[in-house]
Amino acid sequence: MAQYEAVIGLEIHVELKTNTKIFCTSATEFGVDPNAHVCPGCMGMPGVLPVLNKQVVEYAIRAGLALNCTIADFTRFDRKHYYYPDLPCNYQISQNYFPIAKNGYVEIETEKGKKKIGITKAHMEEDAGKLVHQGNIATTPYSLVDYNRAGMPLIEIVSEPDIRTPEEARAYAEKLRSIIQYTGVSDCRMEEGSLRCDVNVSVRPVGTTELGTKTEIKNLNSFKAIQKATEYEIERQIDILEEGGSIVQETRTWDDNKGITISMRTKEEAHDYRYFPDPDLVPLVIDREWVESIKATLPELPDRRKSRYISEYGLPEYDAIILTQTKETADYFEDCLKVFPNPKTVSNWIMGDLTRLLNANNMEISECKIKPQQLAEMLKMMDRGTISGKIAKTVFEEMFTSGKDPGTIVKEKGLVQISDEGAIAAIVEEVIAKNPKSVEDFRNGKDKAIGFLVGQVMKASKGKANPALVNKLLREKL
Amino acid sequence: MQLYQMTARELHRRIVNKEVSAVEIANAVYQRIETVDEKIKAYITLLKERALERAGAVDAKIAAGEEIVPLSGIPIAVKDNVCMSGVRTTCASKMLYNFVPPHNATAVEKLEANVAVLLGKTNLDEFAMGSSAENSAFFVTKNPWAADRAAGDGSAAAVAAGEAICALGSDTGGAIRRSAAFCGLVGMKPTYGAVSRYGLVAHASSLDQIGPITRDVTDCALMLNAICGHDSRDSTSVNLSVSDYTEYLINDVRGLKIGVPKEYLGENIEPEVREAIEAATEKYSSLGALVEETSLPHTKYALPAYYLIAAAEASSNLARYDGTRYGYRAENPEDVLDMFIRSRSEGFGEEVQRRIVLGTYVLSEGNYDTHYLEALKVRTLIKQDFDRAFEKYDVLISPTAPSPAFKIGEKAGDPVQMYQSDICTLPVNLGGIPALSIPAGFVNGLPVGMQLMAKPFNEGMLLRTAYSFEQNTPHHCKYPEL
Ligand SMILES: [Zn+2]
Repeated sequence: MAQYEAVIGLEIHVELKTNTKIFCTSATEFGVDPNAHVCPGCMGMPGVLPVLNKQVVEYAIRAGLALNCTIADFTRFDRKHYYYPDLPCNYQISQNYFPIAKNGYVEIETEKGKKKIGITKAHMEEDAGKLVHQGNIATTPYSLVDYNRAGMPLIEIVSEPDIRTPEEARAYAEKLRSIIQYTGVSDCRMEEGSLRCDVNVSVRPVGTTELGTKTEIKNLNSFKAIQKATEYEIERQIDILEEGGSIVQETRTWDDNKGITISMRTKEEAHDYRYFPDPDLVPLVIDREWVESIKATLPELPDRRKSRYISEYGLPEYDAIILTQTKETADYFEDCLKVFPNPKTVSNWIMGDLTRLLNANNMEISECKIKPQQLAEMLKMMDRGTISGKIAKTVFEEMFTSGKDPGTIVKEKGLVQISDEGAIAAIVEEVIAKNPKSVEDFRNGKDKAIGFLVGQVMKASKGKANPALVNKLLREKL
Repeated sequence: MQLYQMTARELHRRIVNKEVSAVEIANAVYQRIETVDEKIKAYITLLKERALERAGAVDAKIAAGEEIVPLSGIPIAVKDNVCMSGVRTTCASKMLYNFVPPHNATAVEKLEANVAVLLGKTNLDEFAMGSSAENSAFFVTKNPWAADRAAGDGSAAAVAAGEAICALGSDTGGAIRRSAAFCGLVGMKPTYGAVSRYGLVAHASSLDQIGPITRDVTDCALMLNAICGHDSRDSTSVNLSVSDYTEYLINDVRGLKIGVPKEYLGENIEPEVREAIEAATEKYSSLGALVEETSLPHTKYALPAYYLIAAAEASSNLARYDGTRYGYRAENPEDVLDMFIRSRSEGFGEEVQRRIVLGTYVLSEGNYDTHYLEALKVRTLIKQDFDRAFEKYDVLISPTAPSPAFKIGEKAGDPVQMYQSDICTLPVNLGGIPALSIPAGFVNGLPVGMQLMAKPFNEGMLLRTAYSFEQNTPHHCKYPEL
């Protein structure tokens, strides 16, 4: 059996976080009633003309710069034609001949090390609406159209076919999302469709340079799906070639339940988009000073931030990577440090308990009720010995659900650590009296028995006893 | 003289002097419509109630001693490819027979701000594709000068027949100028971008322009005053510095340099038309202008380039008419593709379909470079021809159309022959320059139009040159007998 390698390229659509649509003043708010945010313009009414939202251009430039692209001096919009009921004009205003950004790259890191993935171009375009079928698309008696999304501003980021493995594909998508999120031009919420991904896959025998026939997997809506679908598609193509078959150039869709890709349309049905310059929009000459001023406001991007966390805070690389993956997490981390400047402790809590609770509740850090100052406050209380580590966990869970200050919770629940020797000594006496067997075991040299006794003291004190004191007093008494 | 035969300027004077009320004028014009429109067929939709209300508002202003602007109370017709909020806008197509837009065109908004009395929507070739209003899906508009002849469009026919005082037209390849020429009127295509296209149903976006059709040059200036200006809703709209075009109504062409491009007087121009233009240029010479022959060498490529560009843009602009959101939808479609195909096949007429097919072909892979881009290159050459000419001349003169209004049905079976009737006007659209058509004489009782062209944003020069001619010739004083 020949050895194969895959050649993979990604096309990622990112929805920009502007207040109004790209060519009209309709709102971009998500989750409203169908067709609540439409106007004659984004409905393709006769006679209405597109007027470009300047914010979109600024955001596209911002994203382009963050992706190490060259920003065009001259850019223009083209019409891309295809018939579909969710596309009001039956052409999409996009860019083909003169995209706003070109020739960038993103650096990814997998188990095999660092690698640069080229970015061919990033261009601006409008989104289409959404069809709502009554059940299955094939059997639906009628379909409804929601044009709220029509005219939402997008940038489409096209990678070079530099990606070789499904892991790299996923790492690239994750890194790209991270960078875009840092720039603040998009939320990149895959579940809300503000980041959508198409993957182009072909395979070829190792050692050859000619590209194999590629297929395109459309609309992958999670990073896991990007990896799984790419894995499946590579195997499928290799199997076909191994059996002497040939790959059909086609568009495929990923069935997440079955874990397979399915053919949508073949090249014979492929579109001729008939691109031509949109005569309703004037070409743009991009002012260099404008680009420079946008560049000046770019935040510290994930790679730089990660290096700084290692050098400045002495964090392990693993921590630095996790903490800088999203800007929200990194900001959260640094906000904590302002109050409680112990990076490793803060990092442990964010990567540990906080992440666990967020995941369990399917939440983003931005939705978390615990403000960074509150977490830091709690860590300070722990540091001062006001609360034990064990109490801290209880307090933390309570903070997570109620959003209350740690001090308030400790007061309300009477969780202050008992460090009064007399009070603890009394409990210790009681425990020793109640557990003669364990006392016996300990005195016979079974050192493990003391752990049980400590546990009993803690239990009796409802976890409030200072564990170090408990240990000390127990050993003294025994 | 009847009220409906007067110019806007004259009616304004009478309204201000309280010799006549705006309601009386509106009633006189609607009376005229009731009498003659059966014969002329200029209107698709009439808005009598709304119009009389507007006229009443003007009279109330007069009664209150308020000042009014020149177009207040003036009955104006609007071509039915210009959107009026709440009024059906059909483009003379089955596709939009029931389409009621929620928005006003900027030009309409501006006229309404002047309290003009908008009478109704006039007939046209379907989606403004054609040269005679024969391609209307509804009916053919007749020429008020000869009922068996084409009018060009309903806006010009309405003004000529006394069914409107002024009109809004649209000009993609010459419709305003050609219709004005066929009907013995003044029609101007302003510089591309001078009048907002917002609300004009697009035919070919880079060529379309809204403009006035009027009885005389003065009214043309008044209409321009009302409709020109920058509009933030149209990215191709520009800001003109001119605030009052009537300042260019100067009866003096002494020293003006006029070029007569020989390509516009070639063998495809009917001899009588050529004679009328030659007589007109002699008139200019006698008035002290310097007239000489010149050349625009790329003129012969204008027609094919124009039809490629116009069809390409039209195929794109008309893609939205698919039966999904508004307009005509085929009955009981099997699926969405069937709905698209049948709605478009049943909703669009033959000429529109012909251009969509041509445009789709022109833009398709493999043809884009060889057809569309080549046409754009020709367009640049034509612009350069004009640039060079206007380095030397203030104005260029040509016939507006190769012949007076042709017989209805005469060219209907031969699209290429029909396209030929625009050979003098469409280079202007390719060049984006302003041009005006003015009556230059009569041939066998039919008006002949003369086209004046100027460099971009020099509408004032056109007005001055046309006004001088008008003041020294009798052609604009004639009315068709109906
Ligand atoms: Zn809108």
